Amino acid sequence: MEDAVEIIVVDREGEEHTLEAPTDMNLSLMEVLRLYELPVKATCGGMAMCATCQVYIESEHELPEMGDAEQDMLDEAFFVDDDKSRLGCQIPIKPNLNGLRVTLAPAEEE
Amino acid sequence: MSKTFETDIVIIGAGPVGLFTVFEAGLIKLKCHLIDSLPIPGGQLAEIYPKKPIYDIPGFPEILAGDLVENLMEQIAPFKPAFTLGEKAEKLTKLDDGRWCVETNTGTKHIAPNVAVAGGLGVFTPRKPQIENINYYEDKGVDYMIKDPEKYRDQRVVISGGGDSALDWSIFLADVAKEVYLVHRRTGFRGALDSVEKVMKLAETGKIKLVTNAEVDELQGTEKLNKVGISIKGDDSKTFIDAEYFIPLFGLKPTLGPIGDWDLALEKDSIVVDTSDYSTNLEGVYAIGDINTYPGKLKLILCGFHEGTLMVQSAFKRIYPDKNLVLKYTTVNGVNGF
Repeated sequence: MEDAVEIIVVDREGEEHTLEAPTDMNLSLMEVLRLYELPVKATCGGMAMCATCQVYIESEHELPEMGDAEQDMLDEAFFVDDDKSRLGCQIPIKPNLNGLRVTLAPAEEE
Repeated sequence: MSKTFETDIVIIGAGPVGLFTVFEAGLIKLKCHLIDSLPIPGGQLAEIYPKKPIYDIPGFPEILAGDLVENLMEQIAPFKPAFTLGEKAEKLTKLDDGRWCVETNTGTKHIAPNVAVAGGLGVFTPRKPQIENINYYEDKGVDYMIKDPEKYRDQRVVISGGGDSALDWSIFLADVAKEVYLVHRRTGFRGALDSVEKVMKLAETGKIKLVTNAEVDELQGTEKLNKVGISIKGDDSKTFIDAEYFIPLFGLKPTLGPIGDWDLALEKDSIVVDTSDYSTNLEGVYAIGDINTYPGKLKLILCGFHEGTLMVQSAFKRIYPDKNLVLKYTTVNGVNGF
C-alpha cells in the first residue's frame, strides 16, 4: 500500500506481528493495535489517561516528544521502562515510522 | 438492617447513559433507581475526564464532561430518580414473582421488573501496584483507599503515587501518623500546585519523608506488614522502611466485575443485546451504553442515549402488556415530572 507503513509488534506471548498501518487516516499506534485486535484495552479511548496501551519502543525511530499528559500517566503506570515506554495512543502513525518495532507492555493484573 | 427499594427500572451505572435513561423512562411514567460504585454520579465522565471537552453531543458544539453530567442531573430532576451511590451491584436474582433483585456489596436490595445494565467500562476499582505478595497484605497493612484516617494515628505509613490523592493524604496524615513516607517514581508531581508546595514544605521540616525516583517493590512481615522495600533509581541496593501501613494511591481503573458472573451472554467482556430493544439473554434485563455489543456497535454517549430511549419502551410493555404506548413529543406536552 502506498500510504501505509509497516509496524512490527511483539505481543505479550512473544509472538511477532507485522501490521500494515495507513498513514492517511489520522490513526494512533493504539488505534492500529486495536484494528488488528491485539490485546490492548484502550480503556480511556486515547486520552493518555489509562496506560493500557503502553508499549516499549524497540527501534531507533524518531517519535514525537512526550506531552505532559503522557508523562504524567507514565509516572503512575506500572511496568514502566524509562528509556522505552510510551503510550500507543500518543504516537500518530506517520510515514517516518516505517519499520517501527514495539513490544506490548504487560497488562495490569485484575 | 439493610434497605430494600422497589421501582420500575433498576439502572446499574450512573454514567451519562444511565442518567438520561431516567428522563426517557420518566416521560412514560416509569420510575428509576440508579446504583453506582462511585460516590458521585457521572461514571467515566466524573471519574476519568471531568475537565475534558466533548464535541459530539448533539446541540453542544463543546461541553465539559463534568458539565454534561450536571446538565443531565438537572434534566432528570423532575422524575426524582433514587440513587444508591458508593455501593457495587453484586448479585442479580430472579424472584418468585418474576421480578429481579439487584443486591449491592453492602446488602442493599433493589427490586424491579426491569434491570438496565448501563455499566460502561465496568466497576471502578483501585489500581494495585504489581508487587508479588501485595494481595496477602490486604487488610494486613495494605490499604488502597483511606476510609478512616484515625486508623493511622501514631502509626508509620508509606504512601505511594504522584497524583492529588497521594499528595492530599500525605499532607493530612502528616499530622496524624507517627511517620509519613511519600514514595514517587519521579521528582515532579502531577497533583495540584498548592498541594505540591505544601508537601515540599512538610518535607523540609521532616513531617513528610519524601522518597523520589523510587518505587515500592517489596513487602515484608509475617502476620502483618512491618517492612516496605523501596528501590531507588540508579541505586542497586534496596532501602527498607519499618512501617505498619502501605497505601498505594494510583487511581481507579474499570473492570467488568460481578456482572461477568450473572449468566449474561458476553462477547469480549461486553453484553450481547438484541438491537430492537437492547434486551439481553435474560428476560427483563437490558444492557445499554458502552457495556453492550451488537453488530455495528459504536461506543459513543449519543448512541447510548438512543439505546436507553428504545429500551424503556420495551420495559414499559413488560410492565403494562395491555397498554398501548403513543410517542409524545416534549414540544407538545412539556415535561411532566412526578
